[in-house]
Amino acid sequence: MAHSAALSSEQYNYEIVKKFAIASIFWGILGMSAGVYIASELAWPFLNFDIAQITFGRLRPLHTSGVIFGFGGNALFATSYYVVQRTCQARLAGGTFWPNFTFWGWNLSVLIAGVLYLFGYTQGREYAEPVWFIDIAITVVWVVYFLIFTITLIKRNQPHIYVANWFYMSFILATALLHIFNNLAVPVSFTSLESYSLFSGAQDAMTQWWYGHNAVGFFLTAAFLGMMYYFVPKQAGRPVYSYRLSIIHFWALSFMYMWVGTHHLHWTAIPDWTSTLAATFSILLLMPSWGGMINGIMTLSGAWDKLRTDPIMMFMITALSFYGMSTFEGPMMSLKSVNALSHYTDWTVGHVHSGALGWVAMISIASFYHMIPRLWNTTLYSTQLVYTHFFLATIGTILYITALWVSGIGQGLMLRAFDEYGNLAYTFVETVAFMHGPLVARAVGGLFFLSGMFVMAYNIYMTITRAKQEEPVSATAAAQA
Amino acid sequence: MLADFWTWILDLGNSKTVALLIFFTTFVGIVIYVYSSRKRSERLESYRYMPLMDEDDADRRVKAAEAAQAKGEK
Repeated sequence: MAHSAALSSEQYNYEIVKKFAIASIFWGILGMSAGVYIASELAWPFLNFDIAQITFGRLRPLHTSGVIFGFGGNALFATSYYVVQRTCQARLAGGTFWPNFTFWGWNLSVLIAGVLYLFGYTQGREYAEPVWFIDIAITVVWVVYFLIFTITLIKRNQPHIYVANWFYMSFILATALLHIFNNLAVPVSFTSLESYSLFSGAQDAMTQWWYGHNAVGFFLTAAFLGMMYYFVPKQAGRPVYSYRLSIIHFWALSFMYMWVGTHHLHWTAIPDWTSTLAATFSILLLMPSWGGMINGIMTLSGAWDKLRTDPIMMFMITALSFYGMSTFEGPMMSLKSVNALSHYTDWTVGHVHSGALGWVAMISIASFYHMIPRLWNTTLYSTQLVYTHFFLATIGTILYITALWVSGIGQGLMLRAFDEYGNLAYTFVETVAFMHGPLVARAVGGLFFLSGMFVMAYNIYMTITRAKQEEPVSATAAAQA
Repeated sequence: MLADFWTWILDLGNSKTVALLIFFTTFVGIVIYVYSSRKRSERLESYRYMPLMDEDDADRRVKAAEAAQAKGEK
């Protein structure tokens, strides 16, 4: 049985958690604004304004890096530093300097990489676009992050390491492995921003998608499951449904994810058996993914009324539902026959956003609404605004993914259609004309989601401002007592 | 016989099968470990409560506010 000796919040390092949480919201707004803008460019191309720096190709990596590494990365740093301290009942290792080093190192890396994308400096590897010296900087930051997390675990005042920390640790280790191997490159010179990758041809593609899909598996799934295993029980006020199921969930995900990246390369020049192997493991992944989803949702067993009264819980359960939906859709799309229709269409983009907006963003947002008032020892400025945010986010996500189902499946079917003479029934440009309507709807969906982020930023700003106003009052009251 | 076995395992062409066997048996071992003993199951399930064991003033304050809010909306 675990110890129950609770420490007061003053003994934890909350300053670093606060910094990462604020940075995450800032990056969320920046990255999602870039996303809405490029979505609008696809619907209304005049928005390019013939300015190279704001064309789709330059802004798109700024959007993906901004939301994945800026919003998601900062959210993971914030919550992992919070969860590891509270479940280990130990102060974060590294004093104040090393956690701050990870904060500035990480954020400057993402910022410099983003600015360089606008000027055309990129490695051209999806989700691994930063140029070589930023890759080195990220590696150094990541090693420090690993040491801070591990030493905190070693110093723990609990006999057991809670399962959320297992997920965070697997995310830290797997990301290190993926980042280092996928970015192996030889710089043209020490003063050049360009480099040559160590890999080429089919090997390069397989290394890239081993990285790309495991970035989804370990950065965007395992780590956010760590978040889920701590914040869902905390918000529900009930323990997780089954601890043993969480252990099986962890190991099954860890064993299976590494095999599936090649499903991004179906019907290309890679060996056929690698495609089949990836599709097989993708189907198998459905079981642990749904096991985890059920474990999260069933945590609410006996307290379902919270879904009516608690908007933070609504965010969490909706996030888990989107997690279940996207982890069903993903394996289905990894089947070669389905992939022949879906690949290179907007269906893939819709699928990614069902996971990114529905799962990753919503569970992060819910965790912030839970964590931020506790960090500042106050209450949320407005619960009503959380409801507003929830509906903006949910409507936005649903609009986004349904629009891209129409666009992607529609375009896929048009490109495969033949007339009675065996000729292609549609030209490419006819499919583009068909996609205009759904692409407008997608941009509107994104705008809904972004509006929700502005509502959140205002609510959090007011929460923190009020907490700061309360501080002198409580200090005076304490002095008088 | 044993030499043949080691030769087969060390052949890089068999690495996929070897990796699959290692991972699969380890995973089955974990499942058996987790579910086989009643006493161990009880110990593992006791860790469910860990996130709920560090309640502090801030937790209680936020919870009270949320409960009041929920009551008000009913």
